[in-house]
Amino acid sequence: MIIEHPLLGPRDAQEFVYLGDAAMIDRPDWQADNADEAFHDYLYLRDNPAGEHRELWYHEQGDRSWLVVTRNTLTHEITKVELARDVARARGCGR
Amino acid sequence: MSGQINRLNSGLVDHGQSLNFTFDGKSYQGLAGDTLASALLANGVRLMGRSFKYHRPRGVLTAGSEEPNALVELRQGGRQEPNTRATVAELYDGLEAQSQNRWPSLQRDLMAVNDLFSNFLTAGFYYKTFMWPKAFWETLYEPIIRRAAGLGSVSGEDDPDVYDKGFLHCDLLVIGAGPAGLSAALTAGRAGARVILADEDFALGGRLNSESFAISDMAGSAWAAQTVAELTSMDNVRLLPRTTVVGAFDHGIYGAVERIADHKPQPGTAEPRQIFWRIYSKRAVLCAGATERPIAFPNNDRPGIMMAGAVRSYANRWAATPHERVAVFTNNDDGHRTATDLIAKGVQVAAVIDTRADAPAIDGTECFAGAQVIDSKGRLGLETVTIRTAQGFTSEIICGALAVSGGWNPNVHLTCHQRGRPQWNEALAAFVPGESLPIGLSVAGAAAGALSTHGAMETGAARAVEALADLGIQATPGDLPQAEDAPVNLQPFWYVKDGKGRAWIDQQNDVTVKDVKLAHQENFVSVEHLKRYTTLGMATDQGKTSNMGGLAVMAEMTGKSIPETGTTIFRPPYTPVAMGTLAGRAVGKQFHPTRKTPSHKWATEQGAVFTEVGDWLRAQWYPRKGETHWRQSVDREVLATRNSVGVCDVTTLGKIDVQGADAAEFLNKIYANGFAKLPVGKVRYGLMLREDGIAYDDGTAARFAEDHFVVTTTTANAVLVYRQMEFARQCLWPDLDVQLISTTEAWAQYAVAGPNSRRLLQKIVDAEFDISNDAFPFMACGEITVCGGCRARLFRISFSGELAYEIAVPTRYGDALIRALMEAGEEFDVTPYGTEALGVMRIEKGHATGNEINGTTTALNLGLGRMVSKKKDCIGNTLSERGGLNEPDALRLVGLKPVNATQTVTAGGHLMNKDGPVDAAHDQGYVTSAAYSPNLGSSIGLGFLKNGADRIGEVIRLVNPLEGSETEVEVVSAHFVDPEGERLRA
Repeated sequence: MIIEHPLLGPRDAQEFVYLGDAAMIDRPDWQADNADEAFHDYLYLRDNPAGEHRELWYHEQGDRSWLVVTRNTLTHEITKVELARDVARARGCGR
Repeated sequence: MSGQINRLNSGLVDHGQSLNFTFDGKSYQGLAGDTLASALLANGVRLMGRSFKYHRPRGVLTAGSEEPNALVELRQGGRQEPNTRATVAELYDGLEAQSQNRWPSLQRDLMAVNDLFSNFLTAGFYYKTFMWPKAFWETLYEPIIRRAAGLGSVSGEDDPDVYDKGFLHCDLLVIGAGPAGLSAALTAGRAGARVILADEDFALGGRLNSESFAISDMAGSAWAAQTVAELTSMDNVRLLPRTTVVGAFDHGIYGAVERIADHKPQPGTAEPRQIFWRIYSKRAVLCAGATERPIAFPNNDRPGIMMAGAVRSYANRWAATPHERVAVFTNNDDGHRTATDLIAKGVQVAAVIDTRADAPAIDGTECFAGAQVIDSKGRLGLETVTIRTAQGFTSEIICGALAVSGGWNPNVHLTCHQRGRPQWNEALAAFVPGESLPIGLSVAGAAAGALSTHGAMETGAARAVEALADLGIQATPGDLPQAEDAPVNLQPFWYVKDGKGRAWIDQQNDVTVKDVKLAHQENFVSVEHLKRYTTLGMATDQGKTSNMGGLAVMAEMTGKSIPETGTTIFRPPYTPVAMGTLAGRAVGKQFHPTRKTPSHKWATEQGAVFTEVGDWLRAQWYPRKGETHWRQSVDREVLATRNSVGVCDVTTLGKIDVQGADAAEFLNKIYANGFAKLPVGKVRYGLMLREDGIAYDDGTAARFAEDHFVVTTTTANAVLVYRQMEFARQCLWPDLDVQLISTTEAWAQYAVAGPNSRRLLQKIVDAEFDISNDAFPFMACGEITVCGGCRARLFRISFSGELAYEIAVPTRYGDALIRALMEAGEEFDVTPYGTEALGVMRIEKGHATGNEINGTTTALNLGLGRMVSKKKDCIGNTLSERGGLNEPDALRLVGLKPVNATQTVTAGGHLMNKDGPVDAAHDQGYVTSAAYSPNLGSSIGLGFLKNGADRIGEVIRLVNPLEGSETEVEVVSAHFVDPEGERLRA
């Protein structure tokens, strides 16, 4: 596969390490009342769609960017690639 | 040419250049341009192999890579390669080939007795016959079956050849260089696009080299040669003959195997035998042609019974005929072409047997319309065929070869590599590519169902123009030359229903029409079940000539149409690929990188024994003269370090530089314990958790400035921890002002441990830096210089439990530093120590490593529960509080020593109460690490014991049920040496 890196252009998937569901970005609030349940779901529950999937890839053999790649799991077509940091900031992660 | 009794005139072989070769030890001569198969046929050899299961005598069936029968072993020794198709083995002078799966000889194969028991060896016989007793399967049945049934053998020697991998990029990849492919490549090449044209054959042209049709006013092969010459002259076109595109992968990436040296006795100096190319294409056109399919009839597997198109190829291209007298069996016009071409070549055509009632007549031989071949005779080669005419008469026809044509199947394989399903085409009675193709791929020529030469050239050019238009490159198809444009005239006919004897569908796996019927009878009617139950299409040829036949029989049995019955789709590779090609250069020492520490050269000079730690080579111990056992060296290194001073290379630990205004806050997030209040100039031990609350890794973080930390990780987790930290930085806390860089390879680092370590270091640390106990206490760190100005970092940390330091210098000074330390330490009898002594000392001190932080244990288990801060958010702290991880009798890290000091503590053993049963229900824990402690004079261990912290002094049992051993051990503190930590602070 070829991943269109937002900063570096088309790169071979072999340069990347795959993590999985981009929902990993949305780490729960540790002080919430149901924090233990929220962390349980965050850690163990994943969707496994046949179709469009947003997932995290790490450019380990490159610039070490974490990317959010939108990929169709049936066709492997990649429709969108974003810097994970931009996605996380837009979602207000860590605040 | 006396031996080449079946050699014809002209063709594309060089009649002036003879090549010598042997087959089963017998010498033959062939011509330049021959394949092994064509040369054997020219020499009158029809018998080339024995079948897989029944050891039936078999000859060559095809003239291409789809060949199921003529599998041979080529070459000798380390280069011996089994299961090579004689049809694609290019002849070279000195070629040595052996037949396979026969004993003692191809002519007299004793295992052919299997054929007599064929009633017992039908489909599913493995599953039915060898079920009982179960234990006999591995010991008796399987070895016998494996010996009796099988293909070639390997020598067991190392392959001396080099294999390579490479990367290519293009606008348009053209797969196949027949009329469609040449036309596509020419169109794209002339338009200036970057083109790669790959074909598995050594002569480009595809069927143009095998047919007698003219293109414009020249022979088809001459047009092909002229086109190849024009393409060769173009800088923007790369021709890859002898290159099979074996797979269509994602995003326009294709895998291709180029056979660089298979047509030579051995590769030239520094030349790889084969190259695996990864071709990145913007667009691709599949011009893979079509494969002719047989008609099944009783005893249709005798040597001499071949595909009609193959017989035509051998005659026209290779100037060889399987026999002087050939008959033809066909259901379409293509069989007539074979008859006509053979007659033109002077070969006697005994008859054309055409299943069609309205079959056309043919000049020069008799055509039996509406007739069928119902049997054949000839033990090691065809002698006669029995036909039944339209009127119902049977008669025998004498012939040494039968050319069979059941129509052509488009080679849709690559279109299926990404879930594409082929579609049924009623006019061709064949599957053609479906609508769902790999992105960027189009199909032209016979592969797309355009079976005429004109159709191939027209579609090839058209697909190229369309593909380039997508890329913004304008191309024109140009004027197509005049070419044959005959329609397909075919009446589907799959197998002969009359006659006795087995009708073979899959000749490589010995599957018959009867086997398919049996599968139906036993309700294995789904195509996937049919395939697995009968093994149809599961041999090395992947059923290229047989899948359709099996499908057609099953369709008839179930009363459904062929498309309703289904088709199996294809997976890569298109043809078999040698394992060596996939491995490329990643073999032996090149299998993974070797990382050497900065002291490697020095350690080698000392005679160190090295151990692999991941990719790293680390000194394991340094044997001295007179030491005959590793324990002697290790005990000496441990005692010398604890009594005076030792030095160990710890460069392999991961080092991560953390900088930024929020560096401390960031470390607070990734470590379970707090770092915000760590003063500048101090080091703190840190424990990382996984988000699920399990301990992940440990190390130290040294604060060199308010906004600058240096973090260490374990050797094993260096890459993973850094990855995880980048994840935390970019995805979880993206607003923190912090930057990370791995500096593992930037710094050489040594542990200097033992009561004399300070005195040793004071000799090399430059005078302006005070490292006395007051100025540089336990857990201090600082940036200093050594040896007269060399930049260095000093950490007062201890893994051994002794007064100890770690000193780091830029990697390029690592070799100089170890030599300087050794020289300065001479007066203290400084001793280098390896990873074994390091391990012994950390067990003596009760420090955890990967054995204890093993992916199942928590901070609580490790005795570090209080380190997990409850006042801040960090990875893993929420779930570390889960009930299941905090049971009152949770495992706790303890020390263990044998009650009888002569006995041994072994890692991996389980702990049981002193009395009571020994079973899983009564398990009390397990031993993670064990070593002989020269300081205590006995074996010691670390382990996890239920409620262990409250059981110090208890005597329990260490059991090893596998080996039947039981040892009484006493539970002690994990800190065997200096439990108060006085030495550290001295």
